[in-house]
Amino acid sequence: MEKRVFFKGWKLPLLLVTPQLIISAVFFFYPSGQAIWNSLFLPDPFGLKTEFVGLDNFRFLLSDSYYLASFKTTIIFSVAVTISSMLIGLYLAALADRLIKGSGVYQTLLIWPYAIAPAIAGVLWLFLFNGNIGLVSWYLKGLGYEWNHNLNGDQAMFLVVLASAWGRISYNFLFFFAGLQAIPKSILEAAAIDGASFWKRFMSVVIPLLSPITFFLLVVNIVYAFFDTFGVIHTITSGGPEQSTTILVYKVFSDGFVSQDLGSSAAQSVILLVLVGILTVIQFKYIERKVHY
Amino acid sequence: MVEKKKTAYWMTHLGLICGVILIFFPVWVAFVGSTVSQDDIIYPPLPLLPGPYLIDNYANALFKGGPEGYAGASQVPVIRMLMNSAIMAFGIAIGKIIISLLSAFAFVYFRFPFRKTAFWLIFITLMLPVEVRIYPTYEVVANLGLLNSYAGLIFPLIASATATFLFRQFFMTIPDEMVEAARMDGCKPMRFFFDILIPISKTNLAAIFVIMFLFGWNQFLYPMLLTTDPNMKTIVMAVDSMIPAGDDYAHWPTVFASAILAMLPPVIIIISMQKFFVKGLLESDK
Repeated sequence: MEKRVFFKGWKLPLLLVTPQLIISAVFFFYPSGQAIWNSLFLPDPFGLKTEFVGLDNFRFLLSDSYYLASFKTTIIFSVAVTISSMLIGLYLAALADRLIKGSGVYQTLLIWPYAIAPAIAGVLWLFLFNGNIGLVSWYLKGLGYEWNHNLNGDQAMFLVVLASAWGRISYNFLFFFAGLQAIPKSILEAAAIDGASFWKRFMSVVIPLLSPITFFLLVVNIVYAFFDTFGVIHTITSGGPEQSTTILVYKVFSDGFVSQDLGSSAAQSVILLVLVGILTVIQFKYIERKVHY
Repeated sequence: MVEKKKTAYWMTHLGLICGVILIFFPVWVAFVGSTVSQDDIIYPPLPLLPGPYLIDNYANALFKGGPEGYAGASQVPVIRMLMNSAIMAFGIAIGKIIISLLSAFAFVYFRFPFRKTAFWLIFITLMLPVEVRIYPTYEVVANLGLLNSYAGLIFPLIASATATFLFRQFFMTIPDEMVEAARMDGCKPMRFFFDILIPISKTNLAAIFVIMFLFGWNQFLYPMLLTTDPNMKTIVMAVDSMIPAGDDYAHWPTVFASAILAMLPPVIIIISMQKFFVKGLLESDK
């Protein structure tokens, strides 16, 4: 896609792109380059000098059981957040799509949590499940179930997944709802006339037609779970107990800023960079092809 | 739609209402928590209806930063942090819109040397979330002497190309005849930019503004690292820091009042500008 008609001159356009290029250079390219560069060095314990170690930081990471555990944690966490928030979003969107009147009201009532910062969502859920005073944990205790996410890693994981997925339902709802509204009603009516039940119509007509959106949401939600959930993790568990909720991005932060292990933190950044790169390429490949069945 | 059965109709509403309750529940609890006393909270269970201390708690949080003597209480008035967040969010939204409008205009309406290169350089910034290059960026900001400053909070977060791409996509849909006519009338590029392009981009501007404002307001990790001065804290990170590790001694009514205040501006923006927001969101990611 290119415009056929354009203005003449080259000084003005160069001037126009300069601000963005300067900001990108100072706050994007230089720091990113710095992260790659640092990943090849190992600072001595006193931070006085650094030694070039090549790929040793990476080799160490890939044999470090804590790092590998964090990888596994990230995968479990991202899959759980993605699947649960997408399923609930799709369910609510399918219901709203059945309404002839009033779906707009539900849209308003369902989308506003998108505006809530993950860290604030974390604080809300943290209180509900607080071991001593939380509302939900108090009722759970009444039912004979002991809740303490400060000690129990599975409970901690459940809680961070819940808080992260909660804020994400709105986004998935919005995209699924738009996708459902775009499906021509005549197709569904034709299927109904042929005797297909609601469930049958949903599975064999609606779901395939939604596949482009579903695929797109999968990628976007995974990226969200990888990076934007930092606030949730930090407020609720700080990665604990015993690193059971330390996702990769949280480890970059805790190794770099808390433990001051800069070489390792930088190497982790580079690994994450490669992962995002792969996800982005997948996403753009998809946009080119527009996945249609 | 296809079926018109009564029960199916009510089941649909029932399902949606359950969804709405799930969405509202934590926020409702926080609201209730912001209207009761500390004792109501630390001796569970919390009542499910608001108490009488709404004005006290909010006034306390807004102007005094909560009562003294609690761990995590910084005694910085919450109104100050709301202001910091507002400056940061507006700065990021407006800054991003300005630089990306200019560069999108250049990419679409001009042919110039290194256009492809510049385009790709900006394009790549889409790929890397801030969290990944956090430490080196922190160092850059520190070296520029921008820690604890609004500039330090704003500029690093402007370096992303989302808005540039949205504007570029939109400009591509504007018919060529528009430029042709303008050029024939002897219209200079910047005149075209200000008098034609910006006015017809109004809806897109609003959409991008909403999305960028939310992005700025809800930042957490960045302001946490870049600000050590309590007076420069943003509201989102402040709410987090009000809860000490042994979380029993937080002053919960203040925490809840601050949390509600932290979510109020973005929620109001999202609801009042829903049309633009939905449009912007659906287009930005496609």
